[in-house]
Amino acid sequence: MKINDIPVIDTDVLVIGGGTAGPMAAVTAKEQDPSLRVILLEKANVKRSGAISMGMDGLNNAVVPGHATPEQYVKEITIANDGIVHQPALMAYATRSFPMIEKLDSWGVHFQKDETGDYDMKKVHHLGTYVLPMPEGHNVKKILYRRLRRNRVEIENRFTATRLLKDPDGNIAGMIGVNTRTAEPIIIRAKAVIMATGAAGRIGLPTSGYLFGTYENPANNGDGHAMAYHAGADLANLECFQINPLLKDYNGPACAYVTGPLGGFTANAYGERFIECDYWSGQMMLEFFKELESGTGPVFLKLDHLAEETIQEIETVLHTNERPTRGRFHEGREVNYRERMVEMHISEIGFCSGHSASGVWTDETGATTVPGLFCAGDMASVAHNYMLGAFVYGQICGESAVEFAKSRTEPQLDESFITKELERIQAPMKRADGIPPEQMEYKVRRLVNDYLQPPKVTKKMEIGLERILAVREDVPQLCARDPHELLRAMEVQSIIDCAEMAARASLYRTESRWGLYHYRVDYPDQDDSEWFYHSRLFKNENGEMAHGKRPVADYLVPLGEEKDAYQKMRVKKAANA
Amino acid sequence: MPIANHHSSVPVIVDEDKCIADKGCTVCIDVCPLDVLWINEETGKAHMKYDECWYCMPCEADCPTDAVTVNIPYLLR
Repeated sequence: MKINDIPVIDTDVLVIGGGTAGPMAAVTAKEQDPSLRVILLEKANVKRSGAISMGMDGLNNAVVPGHATPEQYVKEITIANDGIVHQPALMAYATRSFPMIEKLDSWGVHFQKDETGDYDMKKVHHLGTYVLPMPEGHNVKKILYRRLRRNRVEIENRFTATRLLKDPDGNIAGMIGVNTRTAEPIIIRAKAVIMATGAAGRIGLPTSGYLFGTYENPANNGDGHAMAYHAGADLANLECFQINPLLKDYNGPACAYVTGPLGGFTANAYGERFIECDYWSGQMMLEFFKELESGTGPVFLKLDHLAEETIQEIETVLHTNERPTRGRFHEGREVNYRERMVEMHISEIGFCSGHSASGVWTDETGATTVPGLFCAGDMASVAHNYMLGAFVYGQICGESAVEFAKSRTEPQLDESFITKELERIQAPMKRADGIPPEQMEYKVRRLVNDYLQPPKVTKKMEIGLERILAVREDVPQLCARDPHELLRAMEVQSIIDCAEMAARASLYRTESRWGLYHYRVDYPDQDDSEWFYHSRLFKNENGEMAHGKRPVADYLVPLGEEKDAYQKMRVKKAANA
Repeated sequence: MPIANHHSSVPVIVDEDKCIADKGCTVCIDVCPLDVLWINEETGKAHMKYDECWYCMPCEADCPTDAVTVNIPYLLR
């Protein structure tokens, strides 16, 4: 079959995004049924794409028998996320977390073990013990790649998906996209689609002003969130932004998970500890933000009290894993962990369930609200999922997608929709002059910082939304000189979608919740009577952004007397201090 | 609207004496998550064509001849 002279590629399962969750989903689908055709589409190259291109230094939320139970974990994350979680999805993660560690271990991923051969778990969270270091975690991507080859997953690198396709019954039918080097379009018809396109990490502007100096891999610009929205899927709790503690000017995390168990901590200008717990939660970030803005700010990572061998150990981990240019950054400024504390700051905003809870609504089977569309990793709404959650939900989605695909015949494609989308893809390269994507991107991301970065103020967000919509009006002027600029031109359209979603979702929830993530100055209190719901954001039948409330599913694990633990984040001072 | 070209100092440096892109190697170009490394048509060597770097290092780590150096972008230095 051809549409507009473009051959349509047929597959049983299509996975969009080859970072962490995507390869696991693709491998799982093949393991379930090797006779199925599975295509993995990646905007960059699967070998080094996604959030863990240079590996990862630890599992932040590992539920390992003997150290924690799934029930304890589900309770802790529910409390850390102010009650708004889908506990069945957390439980599915918690129960599969340990088998996944063992699977990865058998594949050759190295986790830290103690002298008895047991996993060397560390306590970083407020209540339980869930951190498993992996100081030799730099080769995770190589191991995943080997598995993809062994299982004969077909890989399409350097194609970016631009829109999902649906059949007349509203089921998923595939996707359309474009090659980032040749601008050649691609149409894939699929019986089931798994999206794993990562966080929306390129909506805000880093304080350095460098567009690509984002916390998240900048390839994770929110394409998946935008595509899911346009396909009619529900997105959830988008106002629960991701904001992370980072080194000032450098986009590497402060790494409390690495340094904390070794004696490092987050301190104020006087070297004093001010938060009880370095686990990333909205409440922790609110205390961080307050200290940053206070007379005892800014905030620092304190390591200068540690022994030489401890500092060497920290340097080895931090300078070889995840963000290895960190050492060069310090060197350039002559910063030495031994001599002084390292200045910290907060990141730009984003949507990322890995560290917070916002994303495309996903249940415990990985299903979205569009039949046949599944989501895993940082873009799916399962709270605090991190890398191990991406693997577990990649696996869950792989299983669910295979089951869905097997029950289906070849989906019918909507040719007029495809023709219109091809026009949208081709438009920027047809224009000789206009607005380059970089300028439009800078403008919309600067507006996000000015008007949407918490503390959130209603009137400011309304102005921000108006200004973002004005940028949207300029989209017909986008121009691209080559296929690479076309990629950026397609990306900026997703960024505008995400910026609008961030503004509207934040305006919808008229309370404060999740600490700094949704701190509304003019609605300062948490209001459980009105807002103990997941907020929904979706495209209604008129094509407009609409909102709604989704009830929180009955808890599987009651919270008990620890329910307010994450509200008590600030270190108490003696009355006479 | 007319469009200007503006200059910027890029973070990734390729040592052209060591680079073997002219002999068919495309390792750094392949692994870049942002697709900003391209062949320089004049020299046949790899170079950073777009200043859109995450300074993540696969290009440097995977280069078979140690020709690539990733610096911190000037704005962050």
